Amino acid sequence: MKVSKTYEEINEKISKGDAVVVTAEEVITLVEEKGLEQTAREVDVVTTGTFGPMCSSGVFLNVGHSTPRMRMSKVYLNGVNAYAGIAAVDVYLGATEIPEADPANQHYPGEFNYGGAHVIEDLVAGKEVRMEAYSYGTDCYPRKKLETLIKLEDMNEAFMFNPRNAYQNYNVGVNLSDRPIYTYMGILKPNLGNANYSTSGQLSPLLNDPLYKATGIGTRIFLGGGTGYVSWYGTQHNPCANRTDKEVPRAPSATLSLTGDLKGMDPKWVRGVSYLGYGVSLMIGVGVPIPILNEEMLRSAAIKDEEIYTQIIDYSEGFPFGKGGSLGEVDYAQLKSGKIIIQDKEVPTAPLSSYPKAKEIAKILKSWIQKGEFLLTEPVASIPSVDSGKKMKPLKIRCIEEKEEFDG
Amino acid sequence: MMAKHKIVLLFPAAVVEQPFLYHLVKDYNLFVNIIRANINPRKEGRLVMELAGEQEDYDAGINFLESRGVTVMPFEQQVKWNEDRCTQCGACTVICPTDALKMIRPEMIVEFDESKCIVCEHCFKACPARAIVAHY
Repeated sequence: MKVSKTYEEINEKISKGDAVVVTAEEVITLVEEKGLEQTAREVDVVTTGTFGPMCSSGVFLNVGHSTPRMRMSKVYLNGVNAYAGIAAVDVYLGATEIPEADPANQHYPGEFNYGGAHVIEDLVAGKEVRMEAYSYGTDCYPRKKLETLIKLEDMNEAFMFNPRNAYQNYNVGVNLSDRPIYTYMGILKPNLGNANYSTSGQLSPLLNDPLYKATGIGTRIFLGGGTGYVSWYGTQHNPCANRTDKEVPRAPSATLSLTGDLKGMDPKWVRGVSYLGYGVSLMIGVGVPIPILNEEMLRSAAIKDEEIYTQIIDYSEGFPFGKGGSLGEVDYAQLKSGKIIIQDKEVPTAPLSSYPKAKEIAKILKSWIQKGEFLLTEPVASIPSVDSGKKMKPLKIRCIEEKEEFDG
Repeated sequence: MMAKHKIVLLFPAAVVEQPFLYHLVKDYNLFVNIIRANINPRKEGRLVMELAGEQEDYDAGINFLESRGVTVMPFEQQVKWNEDRCTQCGACTVICPTDALKMIRPEMIVEFDESKCIVCEHCFKACPARAIVAHY
């Protein structure tokens, strides 16, 4: 490799307002026109983006101490239960939590119009939220219940902590059965009526950094319209998935655990969403900057939709019951064309993750960096990669035998 | 002069069992083309249709419906796509049966063409952001 830059050099250029920053979409044509080496010399940073439903998200909140004090053990925000099994007035509100009174799927398919993700959106939007809290009372925390209104600005700390975001690639969901099904991949019409997918393809963070050379623990990112960080690798992180010769996984692979200050976020990029018959999720905007340290990193960041493949999975039987494998492989250019062929049938496609919004995120991040407001961070540690041997394990259900305690 | 409009009729429960369309055709010489109907005995009914005929007959037909307690509404304002709420994902575009909600490619932008909407309402719950709502 002929080009070699460091984080320090790039950050110096950013601070001076001299850095050349392009989005993961713009870089494709640049590389096609100027070649890899020339572009690697010129471009300092490539910005990525994604705006899709990410169920494994939530917020830690410290709501402040009342007088008399209270060790809250049950907390509801707009009727949605927040986990209070931590310190006195700390809670964790999960995106997919629904109010206890929600009929869920008792009236199938349930609507799930409001849940944890919507509370998070309301908080970020600065709205008042009704809080109820209950406790058993202690000598140091005597209060047993309270009811109040609270806003994000009233809280001491509020930070998002998402155990699994930014999936590196994801399945295409279809339905082989003869009835409609309601899934986290949206409504899937019977007999291959539609095929839904959910990544931003060539703009997606980890598809542009397939071996996690730029993305690691401590990487500063765009999260929900504010600044966030990669805190760990995400749950179900599966770097050893099957890959193409460009090292890009052909199936769901790496994930990231992300954190960021809720108070700096924008409700435009933190949206509660409802999947009919499935539940509530959070659409969250994520953008990761990739420093172009050399040609190799640029080659990865210049990936195109037609070079990224994923698997078509049946969500009527295949996914829920672990039956059968992939129904075929498609690339993102095919998916974005609006139709794909599955079992000789032309099937219309729809994304659940917004491409134009992903592009907007990449552009916002680009402008932050161009203005010198956002410096890049070198990961303090790498996340497990292809050489880690790390794989996703299924849960084996074992027979719990009666203990023979009383047999001499 | 000919008049031709898509309209939505709301029938109060008390009159839902009366043969309104028969009268529109026979007494007012109008063409009716039913797009969608939700009519049940003794319940409020809703009918989406295209109504056409001479302007004079058309107006008289509408007067007849309204005099019998039927609410007549213009079709175009029935479904509202709230662009600010729309997350531009695209989930609705494979659910909409008439391509009223469709994706402009390759930009992947969702657009709503009111004139193609048949008010089937499938999109209301298919939209994760609940950005498409009824306006009646």
